[in-house]
Amino acid sequence: MSPGTEKTLLAAVTEALDVALAEDPRVLLLGEDIGLNGGVFRATDGLFEKYGGERVVDTPLAESAIVGAAIGLALSGLRPVAEIQFMGFLYPALDQILSHVSRFRYRSRGRFTVPLVVRMPYGGGVQAPELHAESAEAHLVHTPGLKVAVPSTPADAKGLLLSAIDDPDPVLFLEPMRLYRSVKGEVPAGVHKVPLGKARIVREGNDGVIFCWGAMVPPSLQAARRAKEDGFDVAVVDLRTLSPLDRETIGKFARQTGRVLVVHEAPLTGGLGAEIVAICQEEAFWHLEAPPQRVAVPDTPYPAFAVEEDYLPQGATIYRALQKTLKEP
Amino acid sequence: MEMERILDLEGRPLRPPRLSLEESRVLLKAMLLIRTFDSRALSLQRQGRIGTYAPFTGLEGIQAAAVRSLTAADWLVPTYRDTGAAILFGLPLLEALAYWKGFPDSYRAPADRQILPPSVPIATQIPHAAGIGWGLKHQKKEGIVLTFFGDGATSEGDFHEGLNFAGVFKTPVVFLCQNNGWAISVPFHRQTAAESIAIRAQGYGIHGRLIDGNDPLMVAEAVQEAAERARSGEGPTLIEARTYRQGPHTTSDDPRRYRQEDPLETTLGDPVERLRLYLQKEGAWSAEEEEETLQEAREKVAQAVAELEALPRPSPESIFEHVYGAEPPFFQQQRDRFLATLKEAQE
Ligand SMILES: Cc1ncc(C[n+]2csc(CCOP(=O)(O)OP(=O)(O)O)c2C)c(N)n1
Repeated sequence: MSPGTEKTLLAAVTEALDVALAEDPRVLLLGEDIGLNGGVFRATDGLFEKYGGERVVDTPLAESAIVGAAIGLALSGLRPVAEIQFMGFLYPALDQILSHVSRFRYRSRGRFTVPLVVRMPYGGGVQAPELHAESAEAHLVHTPGLKVAVPSTPADAKGLLLSAIDDPDPVLFLEPMRLYRSVKGEVPAGVHKVPLGKARIVREGNDGVIFCWGAMVPPSLQAARRAKEDGFDVAVVDLRTLSPLDRETIGKFARQTGRVLVVHEAPLTGGLGAEIVAICQEEAFWHLEAPPQRVAVPDTPYPAFAVEEDYLPQGATIYRALQKTLKEP
Repeated sequence: MEMERILDLEGRPLRPPRLSLEESRVLLKAMLLIRTFDSRALSLQRQGRIGTYAPFTGLEGIQAAAVRSLTAADWLVPTYRDTGAAILFGLPLLEALAYWKGFPDSYRAPADRQILPPSVPIATQIPHAAGIGWGLKHQKKEGIVLTFFGDGATSEGDFHEGLNFAGVFKTPVVFLCQNNGWAISVPFHRQTAAESIAIRAQGYGIHGRLIDGNDPLMVAEAVQEAAERARSGEGPTLIEARTYRQGPHTTSDDPRRYRQEDPLETTLGDPVERLRLYLQKEGAWSAEEEEETLQEAREKVAQAVAELEALPRPSPESIFEHVYGAEPPFFQQQRDRFLATLKEAQE
């Protein structure tokens, strides 16, 4: 690994795109406002100037066509990386994602494949207008044929994105917008890849485990640190790829600790927490010491931003749930 | 297609307008009210007293001139850009401000006004407008629908699908495109290779017009005529009002990154300015009247801001309100548990 520099998660995304464009002439970026404007979050800052408007392409305002055309670009031999401005605006493109992105390989019996990446800021907590704070990962994870990655550190943002671009399968890449500028970390220079499908152990522990991803990693870590003051060693596992899930690591930590908490900022019902708890039952049933718990947002639409801090899981709410899990006889 | 206009840039009428002088004066006053609101909202955002705000600076003529054709039986289907139109059709200023402050209880129109909450996902409201119009027609109810959207919106599938429905079902809808030349950083010529949005009306078999959106008298006439067509069963109209974006896309946007000077500025002028010049030349507007109108507008807005800032912080209970008409029992349990845990955690 070559020495890197301290970067924000956002800058790490930009760097990954820069490396991909430099290394692979098949890579092409497309999306709304990604050119001169550098993306509304500046994730493509400077890339239009460096690689030109033929490879960093501002499209008309049409998500279904962005994803649908990315399918065509991929079929033709390119490696498109599409940006959707916010996860809530993926919805107009869901037809293309669910009906085609996920199925081209299957339908054509392997003859036609669509190795593309769709990047998008996701999650809440930045006081944004309606539909700018969605966490709809469960819809995507429930669609066979797609891979879904969510980094929570700058190094993972770069490493997972470069793996996603190289992957033979379509990858939906969810960038936790609350962490874009709030986390900084060492980012290895040059080509740096983090394999898809492998969780990251953020913190070891034997008394309990929190499974989380994206913007839920920092408050989960905060809760685990508080539990330490009470004398409990709680592990924190950042799943970082949601499809495929790292069942091995989930099972291992469930067995090792017997006490499981899953935290997500998507609604409870039908959320990924249910899947992860089911994996724990399948992989570690006889090791469980307490009922696995989920901390999620309630089953409501994402509320107007004046109440979002009440709505979202915080370190304190995660800690409360953790206490229950740890103290269950 | 030629762009239609009544007033030139100096406010000289190129032909006699349909609006009377008195109607034009009322229109200018309405524009000044919402311009005052708009600039106050911008400064509230800069002071951190409201959240991200989408200004409509330069669109006052379109929005004020359009809603003057609406009656209580009609429907307004706005986007985030159309706060001015909503206010003039009866949305209280406080409700508008509370929306931009991120309050759950906001943008609530009075019971006698059918103003939908603003649509944030681009173009998605266009099929709704077609459907409302269809529903009114089906039930032989009085009323028409006015919906707004930008030039960027016309690239979305929902634009096409909604207009096509409106054409097929011959619905009483006025589709008003505020073509401000930009969709955030993307210029109009990047949205379409066509010369205008208005010519697309032909493809849907509906009436289309290309007008100068900074000419409030032109907008007023075009919308009035489209509304008359809708009311008399002649179906939908697509109006493209050419204008330009005077400010940033929203307060989160920095236009210096992608746009230098806007050439449209010189060819379209400012709508308030043009109408004012016209009225002044007709001897129907004075500096004193302007000051009086502005003073009144500032007071109204200041009153609403004071009310806004006196509102209590919204309660976490509000998160659970209005999710269902018939709440499932589990939902109620979830709410009770959630609120109890939140309280514990915040102690
Ligand atoms: C479906 C969807 N995609 C993307 C966005 C993000 N976005 C918000 S406004 C905007 C540009 C809209 O341009 P236009 O339709 O011309 O309207 P304007 O804002 O200029 O009035 C974009 C891309 C969105 N709100 N909805």
